[in-house]
Amino acid sequence: MSRRVVLGIFQREEDILEATRATRRSGLTILDVYTPYAVHGLDQAMGLRPSRLPWVCFVAAVVGAILKLWFEFWTTMVDWPVNVGGKPWNSLPAFVPVTFEVMVLSAGLTTVFTFLVISRLWPGKRPVLPVPRITDDRFVLAVQETDAAFDVAQVRRLFERCHAVAVEERVEEATP
Amino acid sequence: MFEGGSVLRQPLIQGEKSLRQVTEDVCAALERRPSGLWWAAFLAAFAAFLVGALAVGYLVATGIGVWGLNRTVGWAVGITCFVFWIGIGHAGTLISAILFLLRQRWRTSVNRSAEAMTIFAVICAGIFPVIHLGRPWLAYWLFPYPNTRGPLWVNFRSPLVWDAFAIGTYFTISLVFWYLGLLPDLATVRDRAGRGWQRRIAGILSLGWNGSARTWHRYEVVYLLLAGLATPLVVSVHTIVSWDFATSVIPGWHTTIFPPYFVAGAIFSGLAMVLTLMIIARRTMRLEDYITLRHVEVMCKLVLATSGMVALAYGTEFFIALYSGSPYEQFAFLNRAAGPFGWSYWIMVACNVLIPQLLWIPRIRRSLAAVFGISVLINVGMWFERFVIIVTSLHRDYLPSSWSSYAPTPFEIAMLVGSFGLFFSLFLLFCRVLPVIAMAEVKGVLRDGRAPVRSPAVAPVPLEPVAEPLPAFHGAAQEVRS
Repeated sequence: MSRRVVLGIFQREEDILEATRATRRSGLTILDVYTPYAVHGLDQAMGLRPSRLPWVCFVAAVVGAILKLWFEFWTTMVDWPVNVGGKPWNSLPAFVPVTFEVMVLSAGLTTVFTFLVISRLWPGKRPVLPVPRITDDRFVLAVQETDAAFDVAQVRRLFERCHAVAVEERVEEATP
Repeated sequence: MFEGGSVLRQPLIQGEKSLRQVTEDVCAALERRPSGLWWAAFLAAFAAFLVGALAVGYLVATGIGVWGLNRTVGWAVGITCFVFWIGIGHAGTLISAILFLLRQRWRTSVNRSAEAMTIFAVICAGIFPVIHLGRPWLAYWLFPYPNTRGPLWVNFRSPLVWDAFAIGTYFTISLVFWYLGLLPDLATVRDRAGRGWQRRIAGILSLGWNGSARTWHRYEVVYLLLAGLATPLVVSVHTIVSWDFATSVIPGWHTTIFPPYFVAGAIFSGLAMVLTLMIIARRTMRLEDYITLRHVEVMCKLVLATSGMVALAYGTEFFIALYSGSPYEQFAFLNRAAGPFGWSYWIMVACNVLIPQLLWIPRIRRSLAAVFGISVLINVGMWFERFVIIVTSLHRDYLPSSWSSYAPTPFEIAMLVGSFGLFFSLFLLFCRVLPVIAMAEVKGVLRDGRAPVRSPAVAPVPLEPVAEPLPAFHGAAQEVRS
């Protein structure tokens, strides 16, 4: 199955925001937008749902803290209790600092790892760049053909109204 | 939030840069050959590092008897250096995480190098407790792992174990945070026609980043979450370091003021170190448009604020010693200021409380030479602060029969020199191989490509008549172009 994609290449943050909004208004399917930096408001313009990563972070923090607290009690009270200066077996306040550190470590590493997995980023991956200058100073809006009503000329006019510096049409043979 | 677009405020980045120019300016430093100045600095730093490495090698082969420690003064220069370097690291996290949460957009020019500074400072700090163990090859005993000795677990009630966990977590999270921030910039380096090996390494490390808005969207969330995690973490790290002292019963250590006092001191010394490094970097790497006088001034104000906190802590300690009615406590503080190590106490007060007051004067805040001098002196003062806390509290405790004195041996001095050598060697290497300015973040605060704020009612209006000439032409140029 072939897939047709029209790329609008822009130079300015304002233009890409305007083009994205206009594309969504006219009911076209946005494949993705590529920007050299995080453009604020672009997620709303694209209609992206809020990320669920904070939940991953929260769950990892809670699980890490509970496991570590259990481990501290298990080692000091059950596995090999050692009397240290007559301190009680249940030294909960003294267990708090390490529990906190492990909670932060678990939450931070799990969140970043999950982010890399769901964004499909891994060491040595070949980047798929629609235009080479995306990581420098170009903004790219990729619109995908989804139905028979897709009109390239109309998309081109829309992009040019938003000051696109170039509009390119690409046809891919196989779906990635 | 439209700071980038207001005509009334100084722009964060000078010279009306375009996106491309930012890439050019920052990457140019990586692509040209290192200057003679860089080589001179690097060789000097590396030589200092070798001196320290030799001293540590001799120490490990011989034993900690080569230090000037004795049964009364069991901690001295080694632990002083540990606390000093950990403190230096804290400003990096302040700039990268706390100022991010507070939406201080000026941080974008300095956060990359401040975070690098954090990582290198924590590396320097981590070495000292390990060699202080006496048998550093057994350092892994600090971690609870199923061993053949029982298994005998670590004592989770001990602040020294807390410390191992705190430093380990701090280093890991700082490194991950830094790397996450580097991802988009590594992709920029990869996509430029630079040197071959540089492209290849950047290609592997940039994880196939392609600037997709879906990835950016998640990336921003992860960045915010990590900043939120790093903020309490940085407070906890120096709090736990202070507990190494505060949970003991030594007069001068056993106080509840230690955690906030240590955290404020850490940020104070770290900001001074950031200023020292920034002033060198902006000159040698031609980054005057990115690290502007405004950045220096803002950081000077932060230094002034934290100096005030440290001064308050010094005063409170004395007052509480007097108020407690405890003769040991009172003696410990009198001995600090007027005892055999009184000179170090007065160096500390002069450098940390008196000299920073010069920064109230705007003309001094804007003079790079003066700021540089003050920032170096602050770090001298902060090193002595830790020395005062550790050595003067220990050398005369309860029983006069166990009183003793202390003088560092050449090995301890060599270690101190070596840690500075390691720090500056790593920092200079960083300046050569990675973008020192967070390009993707700086591009987000440029005026380029954004609509200026048109209604004057929206723009922040200064209350006093504007003394300086307005940068009115920036806004006008923008208007004409759009």
